[in-house]
Amino acid sequence: MHTNAAIAAGLKAAEEGPGVKVPIIPAWGELIFGIVAFLVLLFLIQRFVVPRLEQAYAERTAAIEGGMEQAGEAQRQAEAAKQQYEDQLRGAQDEAAKIREDARSQGAQIVADSREQANAEAQRIIDNAHKQIAAERQQAAVSLRSDVGRLSTDLASKIVGESLHDDVRQRGIVERFLGELEAGKVTPTKVGSTSGEAGA
Amino acid sequence: MSFTVQAMAASGSAEGGGFEAPSPADFYQPLIGSGQWAFTRPMLLMIISIIFIAGFLIATTRKAAVVPGKGQWLTEQVYNFVRNSVAQDTIGSKEFIKYVPLLFSLFMLILVNNLFGIIPPFQYPTFSRVGFPIGLALLVYVIYHAIGIKRKGVAGYFKGLIPSGLPKGIYVLIIPLELITYFITRPVTLALRLFGNMFAGHMLLLLFILGGQYMVLEGGPGLKVAGIGSWLLAFVMTVFEALIEFLQAYIFTLLAATYIADSLSNEH
Repeated sequence: MHTNAAIAAGLKAAEEGPGVKVPIIPAWGELIFGIVAFLVLLFLIQRFVVPRLEQAYAERTAAIEGGMEQAGEAQRQAEAAKQQYEDQLRGAQDEAAKIREDARSQGAQIVADSREQANAEAQRIIDNAHKQIAAERQQAAVSLRSDVGRLSTDLASKIVGESLHDDVRQRGIVERFLGELEAGKVTPTKVGSTSGEAGA
Repeated sequence: MSFTVQAMAASGSAEGGGFEAPSPADFYQPLIGSGQWAFTRPMLLMIISIIFIAGFLIATTRKAAVVPGKGQWLTEQVYNFVRNSVAQDTIGSKEFIKYVPLLFSLFMLILVNNLFGIIPPFQYPTFSRVGFPIGLALLVYVIYHAIGIKRKGVAGYFKGLIPSGLPKGIYVLIIPLELITYFITRPVTLALRLFGNMFAGHMLLLLFILGGQYMVLEGGPGLKVAGIGSWLLAFVMTVFEALIEFLQAYIFTLLAATYIADSLSNEH
């Protein structure tokens, strides 16, 4: 690029060039060239470099802010969901407590009802039994009465030899006998002797 | 590898005697033509730097995505540094975005051209030629005055230069001081700070490398050792230069942002 001749020529020119004796005196060519060169660079940077960088910055800022907003939104949603679940949980707990309470009271009610029902049933059974007993006693008494009457008359007719089978008479005798019996005038153990005495 | 080193070696051998220390003349390297309007080596470097910067930035941001790739990530690191640490912190979050392209361009151009000072095969800091820093400082100068005048009007702008709440008597002292600050000191220091650092730093590197070379090639055994020591020191200085080159790009951008913020603010 630089031959020795060029160097020699350059050096020769340098001896009387601008800014050689006093280095703070500018060469006009360099001064103006420097300004023009800088303006070219300034134009290129202002036109092509800075706007793109600033745009990238703006997009970056927007992206970060958007991300943060999104995160905030997600957090709000999560909190809302948590609140909802907590409400539901609290509701469920209340409901469960209420159900338990109901069940307890219902159980007590059922036990009380059952007891009452059982009592009533027992009472009814007892009453029925009483009634049945009374009826059977009545029936037994009636049947006994007729049986005893017949046996007595049979026995008496055998003893007395008299037919007591005449209905009217028989009824009168039996009734009388039973009336006496109930009045306590005769005791069943002394039937034989009494009837003997009565017959005599 | 460096053009300057070759040039110096050539000139040294051509003279045939004594060590010639690097001089400002070494920085004037016309490639085409001569005089004021010559096409010089720093111009070529600036063209290369702009092709590189613009090419890299546009390539890495052409499909700027929410999730950046490696190239975009790298670009964003530098861009974020200028955008947030320089522009936003200095100008305030309300209006800074309008000035980010300007500050980012300034930072990238100065940084890459400064780093050219130590990166082979360029090895020439563009801003060691005073014309370039003066050009940038001039632009910043025009911009911050224009912003101030547009914001407050001509009268309001000049009135705003004077700090409020001062006794009238002190105006005699303050007004010339403020005018000098705003119209002379600021642009001049902005340009000369960058130029001086790059010029002196590169001069220092040249001195260590060429001096070391001369001592190793021409000197006796003792000087040869010293020459090697000089080269080692040049290596250390190169690392140091890298730091300064970054710092100067940062300072230039930060000061430009400060001046713009000053013009935007209502109070002095």
